[in-house]
Amino acid sequence: MNILVCLKQTFDTEERITIENGKINEDGAEFVINPYDEYAVEEAIKLKEQHGGEVTVITIGPERAEQALRTAMAMGADKGVIVDLEDLGDQVDEHTIAQVLAATIREEDLDFDIILCGYMAVDDGSAQVGPRLAELLEIPHISTITKLTVEGDKVSVEKDVEGDVEYIDAKLPILVTAQQGLNDPRYPSLPGIMKAKKKPLTRLELDDLDLDEEEIAAKTEIIETFLPPKKEAGKILTGDLADQAKELVQLLRSEAKVI
Amino acid sequence: MSKNVLVLADVREQKLRNVSFEALAAARMVAEGGQITAAVFGSFAKDLVDPLAHYGADRVITVLNPELDQYTTDAYFQAFKKVIEHVQPDVILTGHTAVGRDVSPRVAARLGTGLISDCTNVELVNGQIVFTRPIYAGKAFVKKVVKDGIVFATLRPNNIAAGEPDGNRTAQVEELQVDFAPDSLRTLVKDIVKKSAGGVDLSEARIIVSGGRGVKSAEGFKPLQELADVLGGAVGASRGACDSGYCDYALQIGQTGKVVTPDLYIACGISGAIQHLAGMSNSKVIVAINKDPEAPIFQVADYGIVGDLFEVVPLLTEEFKKLLASG
Repeated sequence: MNILVCLKQTFDTEERITIENGKINEDGAEFVINPYDEYAVEEAIKLKEQHGGEVTVITIGPERAEQALRTAMAMGADKGVIVDLEDLGDQVDEHTIAQVLAATIREEDLDFDIILCGYMAVDDGSAQVGPRLAELLEIPHISTITKLTVEGDKVSVEKDVEGDVEYIDAKLPILVTAQQGLNDPRYPSLPGIMKAKKKPLTRLELDDLDLDEEEIAAKTEIIETFLPPKKEAGKILTGDLADQAKELVQLLRSEAKVI
Repeated sequence: MSKNVLVLADVREQKLRNVSFEALAAARMVAEGGQITAAVFGSFAKDLVDPLAHYGADRVITVLNPELDQYTTDAYFQAFKKVIEHVQPDVILTGHTAVGRDVSPRVAARLGTGLISDCTNVELVNGQIVFTRPIYAGKAFVKKVVKDGIVFATLRPNNIAAGEPDGNRTAQVEELQVDFAPDSLRTLVKDIVKKSAGGVDLSEARIIVSGGRGVKSAEGFKPLQELADVLGGAVGASRGACDSGYCDYALQIGQTGKVVTPDLYIACGISGAIQHLAGMSNSKVIVAINKDPEAPIFQVADYGIVGDLFEVVPLLTEEFKKLLASG
């Protein structure tokens, strides 16, 4: 089975966010595989272990993003493709990313039976690229899955629908996006890390792909980036716990007016 | 300049979700006098026309094919696309929900348009529609615009106030039909298991009672559930509680998990790791209950009680019962 995983390198979720010159400051930040994409990588490797085949991991990002691909390879992915869109500068949004991924898959002849993505990235949080890519490739998609079974060309998934679970059947080829709860991603083993260094990695730039720069340019634009206002220190109640409970309930009604 | 706005109504269990009314309020604000069309799908859609009109739709388009009774991407995609071709809107708004979040990017890809998802605010600045949306799960925000083409956005539930319904408003009603080609519906929903017991969904809950590692066990969530029940709220959890197996990941609130903005968030035994704060710190009022007075959760809390949640929560439940009984 040929399995593709699209992943993004993101800030670690424990990072604090600061702004410099109107943009998110990346200096000194720890980068990781987007946690939802990590579920996708783990599920891809599990599929390969069951059915055989090859796992290709694809990312779009600057040089540092190679580390995310190497981590995925250390977990068990076989090869990687990194596309650097530096030439586009700020002209990148979800429309761009989906177009570039689709072009990469087509032009690099990346055969696939199934494509896995995280359902969203923890930085931009837009949850767009998976469904957009599926549409461009003219295959169905199922988002926010928490269980995946493939038998022959039959696909069965459990999909999280805001707390409820839908049991869905479909057929390969398909794109699925991973929700939390799909699996527990493995840690790369030491031999895995050693092997990953030698696994094949293809580096592409925009010029390597047959794309019209104007057509793929971002359709949307960020005009301001800002931090939420800092919260004032709250009120810590004191006294007997029963009195505190009484006081809190009164405060929520008369001061905060939420009850 | 007036704009034609299309709102895709968000339906769950054959009922309109509140975010549909919130989207209609946003539509009214950006339309500048233009027409507001709501689209609603499913064989029961006729029953949903009146509330859409009351909340501001000038025109309602129903698509009654029974294939749309249960959401599937392919069926909704085809119906949504057909409605867009028919209405030729300048602006499309829908909820950032299981439905809107799933179908909108696919439609945007087909139309070759931008899409601004998960917006928490919409404003008109010199005639341009400016959306505010969180990034890094609310650790920061951006203001975003669509440069050209259709302005398409999904709105986070509970953030934009719905207008007051006007029972006298009526809407022009049109019916469209979709011919689903054989094999064009490529996914089949076989079964649905309701897990959100009590029916209060986390993303739309007005009140959330949330537990962390301090809850210590699955059993420990019981007093939290009781408090939530009294308040008509939902129960949530931190990653710590989910990782420890005390509850289902569906309840997780944080940068991974759900991002919530209820009116009242009661954090019980949650220390307040950065990744959890990202998921809830934009709640309107935050109450923290924790044994450790140094817990970072107190830094974002409006009200704090330093104490054992197993003592404090039942006391609160009793006090709320008394208060609500007295009216």
